Amino acid sequence: MNFEITDKPIITQDIINKVVDRNAGAVTTFIGTVRELTKGKKTLFLIYEAYEKMAVKQLSRIGDEIIEKWPNAKVAITHRVGKLEITDIAVVIAVSTPHRKDAYDANEYAIERIKQIVPIWKKEHWEDGETWVGNQLETEQYPTGKPEGVSHD
Amino acid sequence: MINLLLFANFQEVIGSKALSLELNVNNILELKNYLLSKYPELDFNFVMVAVNEEYATDETVIKSGDVVAFIPPVSGG
Repeated sequence: MNFEITDKPIITQDIINKVVDRNAGAVTTFIGTVRELTKGKKTLFLIYEAYEKMAVKQLSRIGDEIIEKWPNAKVAITHRVGKLEITDIAVVIAVSTPHRKDAYDANEYAIERIKQIVPIWKKEHWEDGETWVGNQLETEQYPTGKPEGVSHD
Repeated sequence: MINLLLFANFQEVIGSKALSLELNVNNILELKNYLLSKYPELDFNFVMVAVNEEYATDETVIKSGDVVAFIPPVSGG
């Protein structure tokens, strides 16, 4: 399974191993980790929650989109849910391609799409309270109720 | 029977992860209006909706047995 949601710690090498390919000249790995300070506010820990069945489908859809744009790419993504501590790994994206630029580009494409269409939510537990994060500045909003590029099928 | 899945702040407002509703609604918009009448504090702005795990719209027709999930703005990664 190249696209997974897990409640266990992610071993980065396991995700990389899924995209190893004899014709690959590059593997890029993105590791998303839990940050302590956001605009001066201190996070104690995070809770990630997913609509797991749909999240796996959407991750796999991102994989399909990448193959369409970069036909020789191989992609694997694992996102963790549950309680994560500062510095814990929340997501690992591995992409292999014959040449390095495509591996960088496709990897960045994957994380941007995760933030648009994959039903995963994080709850910040601050020193002085807790909030579901849904309005991060880097998160696009969808006034039409539907993310761009998501067909209705 | 419509099977409703709730996440993040929706789960907290409604106080449940999932609901089975015996309802006579034809589409998502009607379901939203029903929920708003019961839970006026729900805010559907920027909230996406999925029917049977695929993104849908207010006009999407729903029938008994469908799984409807409201998807508040996501924050994975």
